[in-house]
Amino acid sequence: MERQDDFARRREHLKDLSEEELYQRFWQLTEEIVSPLVDMAKTHTSPSIERSVLLRMGLDSMQAKELVKKIGDRELLSKGAGHVLLKVAQEKGIDVKEAAQALIEDRYWEIVDAHWGGGK
Amino acid sequence: MTLDKNEKLNMEEILKDLDKYHPRRKGWTDRKPLPPGTKIGPFEYYQVSENLKNSIPLPVAHALQNIDPQPDAVITSEIASGRFEDDIRRMRMAAWHGADHMMVIRTTGQSHYDGLIEGTPEGVGGVPITRKQVRASRKALDMIEDEVGRPINFHSYVSGVAGPEIAVLFAEEGVNGAHQDPQYNVLYRNVNMLRSFVDAAVAKKLMAGAGIAQIDGAHNANATAREAWKVMPELLVQHALNSKYSELVGIPADKIYLSTVPPTGTPGPVLRMDLPYAVALRELFKNYKMRAQMNTKYMESDTREATVTHVLNLLISRLTNAHIQSTITPDEGRNVPWHYNSIHAVNTAKQALNGMDGLLEMVQLKEEGMLRDQAREIKERAVLFLEEILEDGGYFKAVEDGFFVDSGRYPERNGDGIARDSNGGVGANTIIERDKEYMAPVCDHFGYNKLPEGLKKACDPIDECTLCNPEKIVYIDELDEEDNANQRLAKMQEHREKGLIRPEVEWYGDGWVNTHLFLPAEPKVAEAAAIEWAKKLGMENPEVIHKQTMHPAEGTFIELKGQVNIDIDPSQIEIPEEEELIPEEEILKEIKDKPMRVVAATVGEDEHSVGMREIIDIKHGGIEGFGIKATYLGTSVSLQKAVDAAEEVNADAILISTIITHGDVHRLNMKKLHDLCVERGIRDRVILVAGGTQVTNDIAKDCGMDAGFGRGSKGHNVASFLVKRRREIQG
Ligand code: B12
Repeated sequence: MERQDDFARRREHLKDLSEEELYQRFWQLTEEIVSPLVDMAKTHTSPSIERSVLLRMGLDSMQAKELVKKIGDRELLSKGAGHVLLKVAQEKGIDVKEAAQALIEDRYWEIVDAHWGGGK
Repeated sequence: MTLDKNEKLNMEEILKDLDKYHPRRKGWTDRKPLPPGTKIGPFEYYQVSENLKNSIPLPVAHALQNIDPQPDAVITSEIASGRFEDDIRRMRMAAWHGADHMMVIRTTGQSHYDGLIEGTPEGVGGVPITRKQVRASRKALDMIEDEVGRPINFHSYVSGVAGPEIAVLFAEEGVNGAHQDPQYNVLYRNVNMLRSFVDAAVAKKLMAGAGIAQIDGAHNANATAREAWKVMPELLVQHALNSKYSELVGIPADKIYLSTVPPTGTPGPVLRMDLPYAVALRELFKNYKMRAQMNTKYMESDTREATVTHVLNLLISRLTNAHIQSTITPDEGRNVPWHYNSIHAVNTAKQALNGMDGLLEMVQLKEEGMLRDQAREIKERAVLFLEEILEDGGYFKAVEDGFFVDSGRYPERNGDGIARDSNGGVGANTIIERDKEYMAPVCDHFGYNKLPEGLKKACDPIDECTLCNPEKIVYIDELDEEDNANQRLAKMQEHREKGLIRPEVEWYGDGWVNTHLFLPAEPKVAEAAAIEWAKKLGMENPEVIHKQTMHPAEGTFIELKGQVNIDIDPSQIEIPEEEELIPEEEILKEIKDKPMRVVAATVGEDEHSVGMREIIDIKHGGIEGFGIKATYLGTSVSLQKAVDAAEEVNADAILISTIITHGDVHRLNMKKLHDLCVERGIRDRVILVAGGTQVTNDIAKDCGMDAGFGRGSKGHNVASFLVKRRREIQG
């Protein structure tokens, strides 16, 4: 879009605001803009986020990458990669690192499938 | 391990047992301010913090009791050698000059790398940020901060498509500060905008948990826009969006720093343009903190010009405020910063902040007139910008419509903004909606998380996450057998062990040197001539890095770099030994037992008396303080007269000062003094000493003196020499 500087006309409704009022308006508008973004972030995840969860669970970066890829391929990241991993570990009675290694080696997926309908 | 200031950093020591290293603290540390009016040396200060245990003061500080006042603001050093083993050495140098925020630049391309990089591969324009790199740097900084006596903040970037993972890494490894701004990803890295904001929330939450200070990325808008000062309204908008987003996600306001740059360049009237902006910004963002960055847009190859610009930027910092004062190397416009330019930049900040200490105790910004009017106008323009984002349908729509980085001064629009598609860019269509069952059994996770009921900590189901128990972190050393620090270090290992010396600017032993030349030729000719000259000198890869016309016909100033892979073996060269001084008490006793008399004068046509008086005067620690009797003859004294006086009082020594050196007059003076004394038959019993800025012991001896003393000499040096020499003569 191209537009001449029409500041003089546009500012009509601002020109009589006090400094404090202008400050309040600035932050109120800002909040209106970013609030939906925060809501989106609350309700969504991403491969990087899921890898960050697995890292925090004690996997190394290569394991995290492979496992998130596999869980993503089954369209189960919406459950949380950590959740999937934890589930397998709990059912098998092993720690999460062992469970992760097994899943990377394509073992134990039957537990995952049993819970979440097999993915695709 | 503690460092010995006479020893280089030991890389093996740093790399040893890295798998077991954990940071000893987390989070950002500010400087500890000293009360207004604190005395340091002969002065009072109003904006300083605690002194360092070990530091290198500004060069001329030796004339001011060698003080090294540390300004109130944290000072950043930009660290970007491309090799972390060299970065670490640079950090140590920067710390000694007063930097306590080491900002490590990432290698080109890391933002598009989907995951973490491991090991220590070489980078371009920065280093790959990896666990090993971060750990080794933090470990080295632990030692360096103990050495200088002040906490040092380690900093890098949480951006790109692996933001959350990098944030985990930083939280685990005790990184203290980080850039994080999803807008930066969107506008300058073409990372998909939805992905960028979703990732950012998790990254920010992790940063908050580890007390990491966040710096935003708004300053890139003025580095991008053609006429940077026109984007001021947008800068306020970008700062606001990231700050508010961060705060809503959980970063406390006092850990949110705005990266703000005075946008305008000289010869524009920069203060008149940038001050109202700086004021408007600080008023609107009074709840947050300021990281004042220097202008990088309007700098090219002239390091002098860049330095002046930066000092003007520092004036803005002092006229308003800055919690972190960032620095930009004066060579940023022409190459990847060199070691000594990083240090110069730190010193520019320290010097200017010291020099403008307490400015606002005396000067006040006007409450009305141009400054207020312009500040108001910038704010209103920013509010209008925010209004239009909402009218257009929100942030993502506005980005799609090219609202940002338009070169027009809002509401003026030139239609050249950076537009992005919400379904485009790196990582497009990769965000996934969390369903009701979504769960992440780890701490500091942002957003919806359906954890089992009744947990104390989110990570209870896995019996602690890595943030609660660092022993759970998996350390990977290297993945690439060729491209790593050990291999690079091995290449120069022999060189290092033999202690060979080769010049460097970026990497150990890179061989680059910079020469400054003036050539009496027009620029094009001068450039070609300079390259030819460099080749004849034996330089490889010569390149003109700065060229400035002094006059179209009379000549050109040139800075030229080239590589010279000449090694000097210090064991094969003669290094003058430092004179061991006779202890003060011993001199005093000897003079008491056996008095000494000297004649002193500034000779020839020379009127410089200060140096001579410094050497004699009891109040300045001069030789009179040791009981030596001095007959001071004054300035512009003829050598004849000096020798006459020496004979008259039967002096043990003649001391001459010879400051002016045009036509080698200092050498002539010394030779003439020697010859006169020989003529008079007194040379074997009178000690001859000369001094001055261009006098060295070697030159003086060459010219028939017994000794010579240059800049920085003290009475003790001279008294000690006189006593030693008299012992030799008289046995
Ligand atoms: C102050 C000063 C003056 C003052 C001198 C006042 C006075 N009563 O001394 C005034 C304004 C008069 C002056 C005039 C000139 N000055 Co003038 N001046 C300086 C200045 C700014 C500082 C010198 C000083 O006092 N330094 C502080 C003392 C403590 O340091 P120092 O002299 O180096 O002494 C130490 C050592 O060298 C040594 N030492 C010195 N003498 C001796 C003697 C003995 C026996 C020993 C053991 C040790 C010793 O120990 C001292 C203590 O550490 C320098 C620039 C600079 N920043 O250095 C120019 C400078 C020295 N001046 C310079 C010049 C050219 C001049 C003029 C010719 C300028 C002109 N064209 O008019 C005139 C000369 C007039 C004249 N006939 O002499 C040049 C000299 C260049 C050169 N190497 O030839 C300098 C370097 C400035 C420059 N770059 O142009 N000057």
